Amino acid sequence: MPEEAPAQSVWSQDIHQALTAADVGQVAYVPDAGHKELIELCHADAAMRTVSLTTEEEGVALLAGAWLGGVRGVLLMQSSGVGNCVNMFSLIEECRFPLLMLVTMRGQWGETNPWQVPMGQGVPAVLATCGVIVQHVDAARDLGAAVEAAAQLAFVSSRAVALLIGQRLIGAKTFE
Amino acid sequence: MRLDRRQAVAAILGARGDALVVTGLGSPTWDVAATADSPHNFYLWGAMGGASILGLGLALAQPSRRVVVITGDGEMLMGLGSLATIGAERPSNLSIVVLDNERYGETGMQASHTGRGVDLAAMATAASFPVASTASTAPELTAALPSLYTGEGPVFLVVKVAAHQPPLRVPLRDGTHIKHRFREALLGPRAFG
Repeated sequence: MPEEAPAQSVWSQDIHQALTAADVGQVAYVPDAGHKELIELCHADAAMRTVSLTTEEEGVALLAGAWLGGVRGVLLMQSSGVGNCVNMFSLIEECRFPLLMLVTMRGQWGETNPWQVPMGQGVPAVLATCGVIVQHVDAARDLGAAVEAAAQLAFVSSRAVALLIGQRLIGAKTFE
Repeated sequence: MRLDRRQAVAAILGARGDALVVTGLGSPTWDVAATADSPHNFYLWGAMGGASILGLGLALAQPSRRVVVITGDGEMLMGLGSLATIGAERPSNLSIVVLDNERYGETGMQASHTGRGVDLAAMATAASFPVASTASTAPELTAALPSLYTGEGPVFLVVKVAAHQPPLRVPLRDGTHIKHRFREALLGPRAFG
């Protein structure tokens, strides 16, 4: 962890506030430890319909449906979930749906589970190949502004945007 | 004698009222477009496995409107996890119709699992859909229609149809246009706000 890194309970509130300011009304997620506190905040927020998925690709289609109905959404996932979305991204590009994704990275900074490395390392290239704009944030203090900017790019300019939240920020999970 | 898919779709759409319709890729999209095109139809030409869960997002966004997904057995089989997500969310205004010809019609009529003992309605029941049934005859379909539009959802209906391909009439193809047409019809000026 970087020195004096804010706790997840602090930066999760920054993300939640940015999502509220962006008028996000649907939150779709496959659980990840990096999103734990944000998921709890969203579930507790009556202005956000928070939907647990069986696989991340459901979230891509779910939020396309939300947009058709006039509601903005966000998809929360871990880097491994990006691989599960690949063909569903064709819906987003062909119809130019806005799509905001917050991806907590694994396999990147001090990873101790080697099985996380292949997909984690592949995420930026996979997303770029699928027409998704990739942005990175590696310092907790930048999260609120980064989410705000990514949301604006997604919803106002109708683009698919993935904000990759670095593993250095989240902290590498250990199995000891 | 199995039901004719176009006649089944005509019966379903004839009762739609102001319902919003989402179609799954392949024959259901051609059937709905050929039978009764409407700006309140959203046609998928791809995104296989995504029709039902897209319908969930729309149903949650528009809780005062009935949302009806019309898809095929192969498309539904690719998105079985979405039955669990929809069952857990229990949207009261979402109905899913599977036009089940027990075939992959667009790729050469290969057999699908539904002709080999897999019961989609039973899977929906197991995923806690309050209403799930299979219609194999015209009277059974007629009897099932009221619950599609007024039943406390999520509602799941399998319609067993004959394995034949009616004449293709190609509907709107451009995804961005289909999206804008649907949103403008539903949301008015807010679609572009």
